[in-house]
Amino acid sequence: MRQQSADEPAEKKSGLSFKFNMQSYALVVALIMIVLIFGMLTGGEFLSSRNLSNLFAQMTVIAVLAIGMTLVIVAGHIDLSVGSLAGLTGGIAAILQVWFGWDTVWSVMAAIVVGALLGLWQGWWVAYRAVPAFIVTLGGMLIFRGILIGISQGQTVAPLNDGFRAIANSHLPYWAGYVLAVVGVVLLFFSAWRNQNKREQLGLMIEYPVKIYGKLLVYAILILLLTYMLNRYNGIPVPLLIVIFFGGLFIFISSKSSFGRYIYAIGGNEEAAALSGINIKRNTLSVFVLMGALAGAAGVILTSRLNAASVSAGEMYELDAIAACVIGGTSLMGGRGNIVGAIIGALIMTSIDNGMSMMNIETFWQSIVKGLILIVAVWIDISSKKQTSAA
Amino acid sequence: MDAYVLQMEGITKAFPGVKALDNVSLSVKKGEIHALCGENGAGKSTLMKILSGVYPAGSFDGNIMIEGKEVSFRNIRESQEAGIAIIYQELALVPEMTVGENIFLSNDLMKKKILNWNNLYAEARKWLDQIGLDIDPQRKLGELTVGKQQLIEIVKALTKHAEILILDEPTAALTESEVAVLMEILQDLKANGVTCIYISHKLNEVMRLADSVTVLRDGRTIDTLSVSDITEDTIVSKMVGRSLTDYFPYEEHEVGDEILRVKNYSFHHKTTGEKMADNVSFMLRKGEILGVSGLMGAGRSELFISLFGGYPGKKSGEVKIDGKSADIKKPSDAISAGLAYVSEDRKRYGLILGMEITKNATLAGLQKVMPRGLIDASLELKEAENITHKLNLKTHSLEAEVEQLSGGNQQKVVLSKWLFTNPKILILDEPTRGIDVGAKSEIYKIINELSQQGVGIIMISSELPEVLGMSDRILVMSDGTISGELPREEATQERVMKLATKGRENHASTISG
Repeated sequence: MRQQSADEPAEKKSGLSFKFNMQSYALVVALIMIVLIFGMLTGGEFLSSRNLSNLFAQMTVIAVLAIGMTLVIVAGHIDLSVGSLAGLTGGIAAILQVWFGWDTVWSVMAAIVVGALLGLWQGWWVAYRAVPAFIVTLGGMLIFRGILIGISQGQTVAPLNDGFRAIANSHLPYWAGYVLAVVGVVLLFFSAWRNQNKREQLGLMIEYPVKIYGKLLVYAILILLLTYMLNRYNGIPVPLLIVIFFGGLFIFISSKSSFGRYIYAIGGNEEAAALSGINIKRNTLSVFVLMGALAGAAGVILTSRLNAASVSAGEMYELDAIAACVIGGTSLMGGRGNIVGAIIGALIMTSIDNGMSMMNIETFWQSIVKGLILIVAVWIDISSKKQTSAA
Repeated sequence: MDAYVLQMEGITKAFPGVKALDNVSLSVKKGEIHALCGENGAGKSTLMKILSGVYPAGSFDGNIMIEGKEVSFRNIRESQEAGIAIIYQELALVPEMTVGENIFLSNDLMKKKILNWNNLYAEARKWLDQIGLDIDPQRKLGELTVGKQQLIEIVKALTKHAEILILDEPTAALTESEVAVLMEILQDLKANGVTCIYISHKLNEVMRLADSVTVLRDGRTIDTLSVSDITEDTIVSKMVGRSLTDYFPYEEHEVGDEILRVKNYSFHHKTTGEKMADNVSFMLRKGEILGVSGLMGAGRSELFISLFGGYPGKKSGEVKIDGKSADIKKPSDAISAGLAYVSEDRKRYGLILGMEITKNATLAGLQKVMPRGLIDASLELKEAENITHKLNLKTHSLEAEVEQLSGGNQQKVVLSKWLFTNPKILILDEPTRGIDVGAKSEIYKIINELSQQGVGIIMISSELPEVLGMSDRILVMSDGTISGELPREEATQERVMKLATKGRENHASTISG
């Protein structure tokens, strides 16, 4: 039935975009519900400025990993090594600084470069040697953890310089936070206005201004409200800015560059993509390099947050990152997924950890609840798709 | 001699929108080899699926009688119990299992709680000996050649006490010597009273092997003949003898200079190294529509995918585009040289089904919507709108996923994608397969327009009326070689069919003679 309806020209073009957005709204609704439930159960404590600040700092590592993981999964692969890789790169940064006295900038750079190189190595096996990513990265998971234990000689490496510690533990001054928020809001409106103008020039359909600017107004209020809440405590946490930076960068890459478009095409249908002139191998390789670099960044944040590198750092993070992507609507079949969803997914996962530990519920329940949410999220996704195609 | 082992009468089977079989009758005598001939899509496979219970009783009209008794099969098992075994083109064997295991896969010997392996392999040995096959039953099936595997299928059928053996294009993948072995075995079986229905495109084999032949065309029985009374030509004329009822808007158009020349082109299978095309040479002019005809498995699609750089096997020969020699290693080379390839399997090779129409339409020419090195979404939408509008694509939104479109509209999206690259040479592989009549004639119109704009068009098609109706010139392929070339004026269905059904031997003799 759906097939026929798509063929018939409808009077309005807005019908489909509304339906399309329903899925992303569902995610936001889920997030709001989780926040409200924890807010009530903790007597408002969950929504306090202090806790929000903690929450955002907590989600950073998973969110950064989930951003890269979205690309990997969209391209039709998986990366099980990111937890170990974040542990290893974070460990390398700590060792360089604590044992060899490197300054913060160079240690951070080293971690990211090592991450990218190890990503290159894994990507080469996947793209040019056709070994399934599941296997290559499962191997990587063991190898990287092994290297970490070897080079750190099983010790916890600490403490780090103040500069390194500041990466994940500092906050923006209040004024800077407000300036940033206002600049962000203005940019949002400006780009929407420019886009409308452009579409008008090209003679394309334009959405109702009320709808567009109304939506932006809601975003603007949320941004300012959040800034206000965070400023009531210590200000906007720097790690949140890091997530926003990487999120923005990768949203840009995935929507504006040919590389971004190509990985969606490759994940959607590799054979058709190849016959359309897309270089499958090189693009696949690049995805893993980027994932590796992001794992390096995540490793730095992790080490900075804990002010130490330990041999077990980042364990199981790969699964949290994959779960965040999947909750955010990324399909494990490849070809579908978006970065905003993955970040919201990471926020949902972290909220559950955070909220439940605030309620003094034993930690084993966190795993159980997260596991159930993962299954239910995918089930909702699948059944909503079935319904629309059967309707 | 007149005892019919199988009679199918008044068989009518409709699929949504198409009548695949219309009042078809087939009568097969006991112990004969009965050939079933017809063009692609004539209804042979559908008829055999009805006989073997793939389409259960009740989903079609008409009667089936075996040895005079009416039967109705609800599933494949019931037809097997009645002694019917069908061997498909695609083998239904498990490569990772041994020959013996495969032979008895659905047999009681394999279903016991505890398997007696010695017994099973001894039984397998006995059956293999019976048809004179010297194969170790404990060997892995995947290690055998395709031809041998085919013979294992036959053994498997015999263990089920098959009295009617149906072979669907059994020799498509076989070498000459394997064909000879197969024929010998079939003759032996015939001597033992097994009836055989033999579906084949290769008329020389039919003439050599069969006792009688039934010709199907467009879902109807045309005639049943005794092979001793006729020649290959009789069969060909029965197979194609229809008038051009479909509408093909051929328009006179100017044909310009040579734009593509392929000389002594050969390429090999990516894994087996077998030659897929042998010394192919042809040329194409600007604005010319070159039809490529041939039967399934003649290697047409593979040849053009290889020319397009999409086939990984080794290749040799010379390709010249616009007089300059072109070294096409991968599809992106082909696209920059001005080639476009619209695949026969649009879902597998043409479209990213889960992606929006817009993004599919610009995929092969993405650089054109990246004015400053970045994708300009508005420009992209505009360009997609332009190109799909030209092709009369019907959709409520260009942001809809391609999956939601009908076959005809999906095909227009594939065409949009390739026209967006402004190709000089457009290769169309079965451009109208599986789409409705209205969309078909629109696609013909587009082809004509493109040729008038000077695009050289290669149209691969299994539908003879389409090739004859649209082409300026027709290449006929058979077994990975070009078996003939006909200008529009000289091309008739009979001539094309004759060239297409040339077996390997016949072909060799025409070349040497």
